[in-house]
Amino acid sequence: MAPAPELKAPKKGISHSTLGRTQRWSWIFQRVSGVALILLITIHLTVNLIMGDGINQIDFAFVAGKLANPFWQWFDFVMLVLAMVHGSNGMRMIIDDYARTKWMHATLQWALRIATVVIIVLGTLVLFTFDPCPAGADASLLPSFCEGI
Amino acid sequence: MWMWVVHRTTGVAIFFFLMVHVLDTALVRVSPEAYNDVIGHYKTPLYTFIEAGLVAAIALHALNGLRVIAVDRSTWALRHQKQLVWAVWIGFAIIMLGFLPRHLMHAFGGA
Repeated sequence: MAPAPELKAPKKGISHSTLGRTQRWSWIFQRVSGVALILLITIHLTVNLIMGDGINQIDFAFVAGKLANPFWQWFDFVMLVLAMVHGSNGMRMIIDDYARTKWMHATLQWALRIATVVIIVLGTLVLFTFDPCPAGADASLLPSFCEGI
Repeated sequence: MWMWVVHRTTGVAIFFFLMVHVLDTALVRVSPEAYNDVIGHYKTPLYTFIEAGLVAAIALHALNGLRVIAVDRSTWALRHQKQLVWAVWIGFAIIMLGFLPRHLMHAFGGA
């Protein structure tokens, strides 16, 4: 009987992960932000569309009344950033799947990045530089607390 | 397969609405008149249905997202993923049955 063949030490284990580090974080972010957004958007829609007068109540005075409160400023800020990053991360994957040529892929990805940054910056500026009682505005369009100012 | 299509189409629709929605809300920084003028369009019958469609898209995307997380994380959910698709549609129906009458009454009933 021939002696058993000499066995070499096994090769280094193969990683079966199909995702790189960046992709893994994008995947985790998508799930965590998704769950957070369910909570935030449910509150947003309940307060704006279901409670009170629903869609009819939405005008400058309503928005100004909400955004005069730091709680709603920060609530809307967190919702804005999470929703835009979650949405553009999803759009990024869709562009990866469907953009056929290199040129088209690069153009769409850059358009997406620029749009995302512009919307987040614009939304943030509006939330934190907003004046609920602008000088010279028609008083009947402003929230009631502007009268004392 | 179909839920994957639903997830992508609702996701893209919500993303484009979100960009428009940030732009229309940004008008509060321009003037009360400008904001009221544009937001007034959301109160027309056509937009009432678009809003209902938007809430439907969000509800569906949210519930299916939870299903995807469950199927990723638990083998029980993986084995029962077909039943979970039914759970998504039933949950969606319940949400819309709660939301639609209220929204339509606001929009058309003047309530």
